[in-house]
Amino acid sequence: MNIAPARGSRILLAAIPFFLIVMVYIVGSAERRAANPEDKLLPPISEMADTTKRLALEPDRRSGDYVLWTDTAASLQRLLRGLGISTLVGLGFGLTVGLLPIAGASFGTIVAVISMIPPMAVLPILFIVFGLGELSKVMLIIIGVAPCLVRDMSIEVQNLPREQMIKAQTLGASTWQVAIRVVLPQIMPRLIKSVRLMLGPAFLFLISAEAIAADVGLGYRIFLVRRYLAMDVILPYVAWITLLAFILDLLLGLFARKTFPWAYVEEPR
Amino acid sequence: MSALSFRNVWVEYGSQIVLERINIEIASGTFLSVVGPSGAGKSTFLRLILGQERPSQGAVLLDGEPFPAEPGPDRGIVFQRYSVFPHLSVLGNVLVGYEFEQRPLTARLFGAARRHAIEKSQAMIESVGLAEHRDKYPSELSGGMQQRLAIAQALARRPRVLLLDEPFGALDPGTRTQMHALIKPLWRDLKMTIVMVTHDIREAFGLATRLIALDRVRRDPQAQERYGAKITYDLDLTRDGAVPVLGFLKTSAETG
Repeated sequence: MNIAPARGSRILLAAIPFFLIVMVYIVGSAERRAANPEDKLLPPISEMADTTKRLALEPDRRSGDYVLWTDTAASLQRLLRGLGISTLVGLGFGLTVGLLPIAGASFGTIVAVISMIPPMAVLPILFIVFGLGELSKVMLIIIGVAPCLVRDMSIEVQNLPREQMIKAQTLGASTWQVAIRVVLPQIMPRLIKSVRLMLGPAFLFLISAEAIAADVGLGYRIFLVRRYLAMDVILPYVAWITLLAFILDLLLGLFARKTFPWAYVEEPR
Repeated sequence: MSALSFRNVWVEYGSQIVLERINIEIASGTFLSVVGPSGAGKSTFLRLILGQERPSQGAVLLDGEPFPAEPGPDRGIVFQRYSVFPHLSVLGNVLVGYEFEQRPLTARLFGAARRHAIEKSQAMIESVGLAEHRDKYPSELSGGMQQRLAIAQALARRPRVLLLDEPFGALDPGTRTQMHALIKPLWRDLKMTIVMVTHDIREAFGLATRLIALDRVRRDPQAQERYGAKITYDLDLTRDGAVPVLGFLKTSAETG
């Protein structure tokens, strides 16, 4: 408990599990290839690298697109739109519901109920109402993510010490001024934290929507090549999606630390 | 001018009576200490002046006028904790008062108006001795420094009445003595009325010009909450002499 690794060994320790997973995969893949040269389940890394190179650097024979990049662009656009709108909704509604008792009484319960609707269950409705285009996929992410953010934000607002609201009023602040100068900045770190946690669900909704009805996108590609058991495409795609999510998470974390230093003063790392 | 008057004030929550028959005139420029055991309604007394709470009966008047039942800039407050904004620097914490005042919509100042407000804030920060910490966040300050900042912040808008809710209760004795030395000259210079709730009797006598004690004088063992607290002592600490003039309030003596 009291032995903490230094910076260098921390990186080394973090790399060990990754290294082990890769080793296990290489050994497993080699074993299967030795037993069956046609094996498709665990393609060797060289094969996956070739496929990735083809998808990323060569235009598709049929459409002329660089498949990996068009898929990534389409998916990221959907994801960021969905998350962006959810964040705005979460912040706006959450702040209002948390700060104003009248808004809390009116909308608190309905938000709690809506956040319990399983988003996948309403996916067919979304496809029917919004069509099979981009809108229904963005809407799925919003429906899945926004209510949770609203609840989280309103709870965060209510957790602010009451003394601060009174203090602000004794300094002459109106409700609007309290909202923008006292409450808003103080819930921003929590908002970013919640959005980071919501990246996982957002990707889940995105891939699901793409798997069911899309003509481009990371999830679409995975579910397309699944029919041919093309693990050499699926595995790099999964790794790529993971990397994207990880980078988004990292960027949000860095942004929060940079923009709201006061919220991290007491944290050691 | 900032005289406070309580006219036959009662505070009840349902069947529970917290304060009953409070009558007191607090002259402008008084430093009033409020003492009493826990649960005797000291904080309720303060919240009445703050406007956070309304009396069930009677009225609280500021300079003979009733004031709106919500906190406003004419009454400043320093709480025991959570009095400063953690997301603003020392300077920002003081500056924000001027920003609230001058920019109703954006609550942010720019350019010359901002420089002017910074000058005023700077003077407040210096008067509480935090000049070299002006760019730190409250979490980087000690408890005593945070309370000093809270005082500077509360004084920035020049409130007519300053309310102190056990402001030094969480500080160590040394720091507390420093704070006493700080608050007394500020009060004298700014000529405002201060109402301080405290548990520390020495502090209450040492700082104030007038002291009241709140307590429940009647008890019903079957229904503890049926009798509220009254003012049991009202001491004038400005007179010379070893023992301050000591007297029950007329109303509470008559009816108590």
